[in-house]
Amino acid sequence: MTHSTLDAGQVPAASATTVPPVTPVLVPERGARPTRSRSQRRKDVLDVVLPVLVFVGLVALWYLISYVVLAPERRFLLPPPHDVVRVGFGDPANLQQIMQGLGRTTVIAMLGLAISVVVGFTFAILMASARWIERSLFPYAVVIQAIPILALVPLMGFWFGYGMTARVIVCVICSLFPIVANTLFGLQSVDRGQLDLFRLHGAPRSTIFAKLLIPAAIPSVFTGFRISAGASVIGAIVGDTYFRQGAPGIGVLIDLYRSRLQSEQLFAAIIASSVLGVVVFMIFTWLGRRIVGSWHATGRSLV
Amino acid sequence: MTATAVRSRPATNLRFAGTDKTYADGTVALTGVDLEIRQGDFVSVVGPSGCGKSTLLRLASGLEEPTGGVMEVDRGSLAYVFQDATLLPWRTVEQNVRLLGELHHLGKGETRRRAAEAIELVGLSGFEKHMPHQLSGGMRMRTSLARSLTLAPSLFLFDEPFGALDEISRERLNSELLTLFTTQEFAALFITHSINEAVFLSTQVAVMSGRPGRIVGRVDVPFPYPRDPEIRYTPRFAEICAELSDMLRGAS
Repeated sequence: MTHSTLDAGQVPAASATTVPPVTPVLVPERGARPTRSRSQRRKDVLDVVLPVLVFVGLVALWYLISYVVLAPERRFLLPPPHDVVRVGFGDPANLQQIMQGLGRTTVIAMLGLAISVVVGFTFAILMASARWIERSLFPYAVVIQAIPILALVPLMGFWFGYGMTARVIVCVICSLFPIVANTLFGLQSVDRGQLDLFRLHGAPRSTIFAKLLIPAAIPSVFTGFRISAGASVIGAIVGDTYFRQGAPGIGVLIDLYRSRLQSEQLFAAIIASSVLGVVVFMIFTWLGRRIVGSWHATGRSLV
Repeated sequence: MTATAVRSRPATNLRFAGTDKTYADGTVALTGVDLEIRQGDFVSVVGPSGCGKSTLLRLASGLEEPTGGVMEVDRGSLAYVFQDATLLPWRTVEQNVRLLGELHHLGKGETRRRAAEAIELVGLSGFEKHMPHQLSGGMRMRTSLARSLTLAPSLFLFDEPFGALDEISRERLNSELLTLFTTQEFAALFITHSINEAVFLSTQVAVMSGRPGRIVGRVDVPFPYPRDPEIRYTPRFAEICAELSDMLRGAS
């Protein structure tokens, strides 16, 4: 299949990006890409302004609770925002400690995610290629998802020691299911007419996967990645909190600051880990749009 | 249940003789269908929704097997144009048109050459790099036609290909399809809801009854090719349409 544009084995998503950009010179007679109208621009502005207003409201509420609701001697329960920023992020020593912890947690989360992506994708392909494999395995994929992860964390430590391995495994358990489920859904929701077309022209299974099923599943695969990325970050922080050995991740720091009543650092660490979750989510959303957005409707509409 | 004969015979492109199709769930889609399509024939089948018209095409193409009677088909070079354009949304027009060449391992150069030729034939030159979502319904259907043309088929199966298009695009594509029919020399089996479309395109129009599907009558259309779109407004055309319309009412 050397003449094909999407060679078997090559990840088709990669070749989708090599599709040359559209020449705007020749505009189709109908169904052309809509230009951004004035009302559309106004909507875009509102999309920014409204969330900012909510943010301002939340910060105001925070101040209200710190200064009005809490008596000064109990203010450590919720220090005002500017103190959190000044102490937690403004003090270089604290900032460095938080960033280092965050870095370690990120490495563990991404390692777990990478393993989940490879394992999950492989399992989904296997399940899509034979009904009996799907029937045998899918219930267990659901079971993995349904197990309360906190119940498994001590066991992982017991089996694999309280180091890196156990933490990564916790991340894998947290993030495996969304990838399996979404990839499988994508592979199975292919258009029947397109499948008929390939069958009609005698395409073997491998070609159907390489040229039809996998490219068609890419949007769902990225939805899975995005959900899993968030789940993996949560897994890494939960793992941290349980396993207090080795270099501290952000989860360890959060618990440490709590026990020392270092409220400002505690809140800064919580904010930092939240930002990590949001950033990871955004990166995968952006990646999905880059690869899928040029052709698939879901690449545009989701988040 | 009679044995089914699926043999190749070049003289006839497609022949149904007393063909039956009953699905596994007991639904009788077709009973005793007789229909023959030879080189130079453009046969349309009109009938009510769900009468099994599409089943004819699924049998002819080999996507389904008949459960009784005889069916002979030359599947050497067969094209199937679906109701939906069935383009791959991640491929450009050009890459979509190349798909069948790739599936049939025609080789890179040959596939490229045939695709360029087919795109030219359907009037899509200049749109090679467009993605399907940037095209109108009519242009998507043209892309689908071009994709089929790359195999230089001797038998074309059409499953209501223009059903979703607006009237103007539809009439334009009808005329262009006839141009292709006279220049590319294929036989065609065309499924449609529209009597008008069927008469305009065909050498013969067959009427199918509702469940179970049976051919209840057929009318030859005497107009020579190439056909002027204006023939739609001639009395003879109206007469044929009326005759078919009567049959259709009797059938359902």
